[in-house]
Amino acid sequence: MRFSDSIFASRFQITRQDLESYLAEALSQGGDYADLYFEYLLTSSIGLDESMVKSAAQGVSMGVGIRVISGERTGYAYSDNLTPERVKKAAKTAACIANGPSKTDQVDLREGPGHNLYPVLVAPTETAFAERVELVKRADRAARAYDSRIFQVQAAYADNLRHVMVATSEGVLTLDRQPMSRLSVSTLARENGGMPQRGHSGGGGRVELDYFLKEKTPEHFASEAAREAIAMLASVEAPAGEMTVVLGPGWPGILLHEAVGHGLEADFNRKGVSAFSGRMGQKVASELCTVIDDGTMTSRRGSLNVDDEGHPTQRNVLIENGVLRGYLQDKLSSTLLNTESTGSGRRESYAHIPMPRMTNTFMLAGESDPGDIIRSVPRGLYCANFGGGQVDITSGNFVFSASESYLIEDGKLTRPVRNATLIGNGPEALKYVSMVGNDLKLDEGIGVCGKEGQSVPVGVGIPTIRIDKMTVGGTA
Amino acid sequence: MTENHLLALSNDIIQRALAAGASDAECTISEGEEFTANVRMRELENLKEAGSSAAGLRILIGKKTGSSYTSDLTPEGIEMLVRQAIELAAITTEDPHAGLPEREELGSCAGDLKLYSEDVEGLETAHKVKLAQRAEEAALSADPRITNSEGASFDSYLSRHVFANSRGFADEYRSSYCSIATAPVARDGDSMERDSWDTSSRRFGSLEEPEVVGRIAASRALRRLNARKVETQKVPVVFEPRTARSLLDHICDAVHGMAIYRHESFLAGKLGEKIASENLTIVDDATMPGLFGSSPFDDEGVPSRRTMVIERGVLKSYLLNTYAARKLGMKTTGNASRGLTGNAGIGHGNFYAEKGVQSPEQMIAGIANGFYVTELIGFGVNIVTGDYSRGAAGLWIRDGELAYAVSEVTIAGNLAEMLQGIETIGSDLEFRGSIAAPTIKMGEMTVGGK
Repeated sequence: MRFSDSIFASRFQITRQDLESYLAEALSQGGDYADLYFEYLLTSSIGLDESMVKSAAQGVSMGVGIRVISGERTGYAYSDNLTPERVKKAAKTAACIANGPSKTDQVDLREGPGHNLYPVLVAPTETAFAERVELVKRADRAARAYDSRIFQVQAAYADNLRHVMVATSEGVLTLDRQPMSRLSVSTLARENGGMPQRGHSGGGGRVELDYFLKEKTPEHFASEAAREAIAMLASVEAPAGEMTVVLGPGWPGILLHEAVGHGLEADFNRKGVSAFSGRMGQKVASELCTVIDDGTMTSRRGSLNVDDEGHPTQRNVLIENGVLRGYLQDKLSSTLLNTESTGSGRRESYAHIPMPRMTNTFMLAGESDPGDIIRSVPRGLYCANFGGGQVDITSGNFVFSASESYLIEDGKLTRPVRNATLIGNGPEALKYVSMVGNDLKLDEGIGVCGKEGQSVPVGVGIPTIRIDKMTVGGTA
Repeated sequence: MTENHLLALSNDIIQRALAAGASDAECTISEGEEFTANVRMRELENLKEAGSSAAGLRILIGKKTGSSYTSDLTPEGIEMLVRQAIELAAITTEDPHAGLPEREELGSCAGDLKLYSEDVEGLETAHKVKLAQRAEEAALSADPRITNSEGASFDSYLSRHVFANSRGFADEYRSSYCSIATAPVARDGDSMERDSWDTSSRRFGSLEEPEVVGRIAASRALRRLNARKVETQKVPVVFEPRTARSLLDHICDAVHGMAIYRHESFLAGKLGEKIASENLTIVDDATMPGLFGSSPFDDEGVPSRRTMVIERGVLKSYLLNTYAARKLGMKTTGNASRGLTGNAGIGHGNFYAEKGVQSPEQMIAGIANGFYVTELIGFGVNIVTGDYSRGAAGLWIRDGELAYAVSEVTIAGNLAEMLQGIETIGSDLEFRGSIAAPTIKMGEMTVGGK
């Protein structure tokens, strides 16, 4: 996209000269670096409950965040008003992190490189509501039709269209138009007045609305959510203690996000507070494990043409054959560590300071047949689906919660078990990976990652893997 | 902007919505100023300062609803706000229970709730940075094993909240918040642990000394060092106030009116039944002066109040907004809560467990072999079934004393059984947030370890 075609130029009459003058103001107190992050965000959401469309909402938020870096210090200010006086005032506020005369000549902005990973002509946010509301109604009908034991269905559809412009004092100007949509379904099943069980499914990405009509339909997500709730009706108490765990393909890749991903974000390592600090080049996983963070995958939820600092995203190898290879870098950490940004600088909105974050994090496929992996386990737990996870960066301890899992007895999946948390230690857990399947699968597009109060969309993926030892937090 | 300006704007938005065809409308406007200073290893790291404002609108056309929000408060922005909400009523379903509270239910509770303190305004940046530095310095100098830090911060937030509806409610309140926090890292050989502590208040003058915050944070990080993983076993579990608060979080989710009418809670249909040990009494009270969970009216314009939720183990009330109340054939408890947009959800005021008589030391003294939980991580709680399984860290109790650090374990049970199994509630209730609990001792839970 060219600057002159952007909403910021056309609707808000912002000129290149304006941007250059804001940057000059931001650096007027002697800062080393400054950037401007303009955002114009349109969102919409539709909620269905009890077969009624009970809520529908849409809105607009816009603003500019101005950052000034001076050595290790960051000054930040933002404004939700894009008039020149207010933007200048924010620039002046951020500038005060430095204390001296300006060191910078006039900035000449030129448009920087980026990918074209989501060639969406009409974003879902720009389509008629009548089309989008059909998605939740279809999901409701399909979930109820799946099985008569399904007695509650909630379906939610949400999309947004984010227009972003980043201008840096290094002279780079980038523009992006970032569509996102997600459909999710949750169900409750009950049998003979017994304890209800919940099922959940959802997905989407940086796609056109057609994706939900042709590729992943409301019926797909609805039947998956219904299937999970029905399966859990027969669940027994989860086991407790150390045992062999097999993770199914796809969303269980959240293991990687928690166990290694966060611990490899450069800010934690620069400060020496991560369990992975100082372990570059060391073995932190079995040699079967190669873990990648890739922001350049077409249409995926965690992908970006440029990160939120205007740097093109890239494919980063975090762990190669078990050896720690790389950290996720943003502008500040890479400058202080004297290396390059890995295109990992992300932020929730214009009101937030960017930091190193993941995009789409996954493990490369191995050679084992998934069936053989399950057959190899005399007694253990097979985890098909998960809720959320969390990690304590410093000790490296991480958890993730199994929402659908089964006992493995004599190499076969037997009874479903109730929700249980699994716990491990980041630099140790993957050393126990003894088999990696040939069935790499990415999740369907539902992940939200939280760090220091900021939420960003992410993706994960994993093939079926066998972990010889992990602690399962059940009661039996 | 002045208060009159925002109240006038909210009334203007209501009038425009009615003129555009709405039969009812409600409007929220929020305005805030935030400040954050972060320091790390004695140096200033970040300064952030900004103000923002935004408006949200929800309209009804008969029994159909639509919502919108905007951060663009120009006339064009407001026009779009109204148009977008009206447009959406066309796609929602006629819902017999939808609608605003009745006129006689609207109002604000009387008296000064002390939600705003002028002493948070106009503090010098250098002074705020210094407070954060003092907290971190106290942590760093507490012990040679405190070798690193994730930093310290001073945060403040000043806000104004306006709400108006087409049934004659229009009111506003201001609130203030400030806090000092620090997160030191302790190291001993290969063992590295982080913990944190903070002080927060609506009044700057009520903050604890930064040195106290730093020393407590340091001692919390130090006591986690050289943690062991214990054998899997069933033992008594003691939740310190910080982790006990999370149990109240789950109870709050389980008495949430929306979850009740959907049968999505293990407490659905249990009103009047004994669902917990007699030791447990839980109150939700949004009328306590100066506390974080207080407000004069809820997000539907209904006066805040005190609600007995669990009295000596008996479930007395759910937390309800107008919609959930109508679904259940009850009256709202004044717990409507929402962001700028969408239908009202349900929140809590000051949701707390009444204190008991034993000190935490007395509670621990009676335990031969048990687990004192100081940190919980993960999301392994299922409110539908009550199944509970979370990652935990803390200290092992041996012969009535805290003996050594434990980590990389889980604790598991079922909330319905856990509530019945509460043996003792401590005397150490403090309101450090809008959910508060003293130390809580459970008779037995499964600790998952080796």
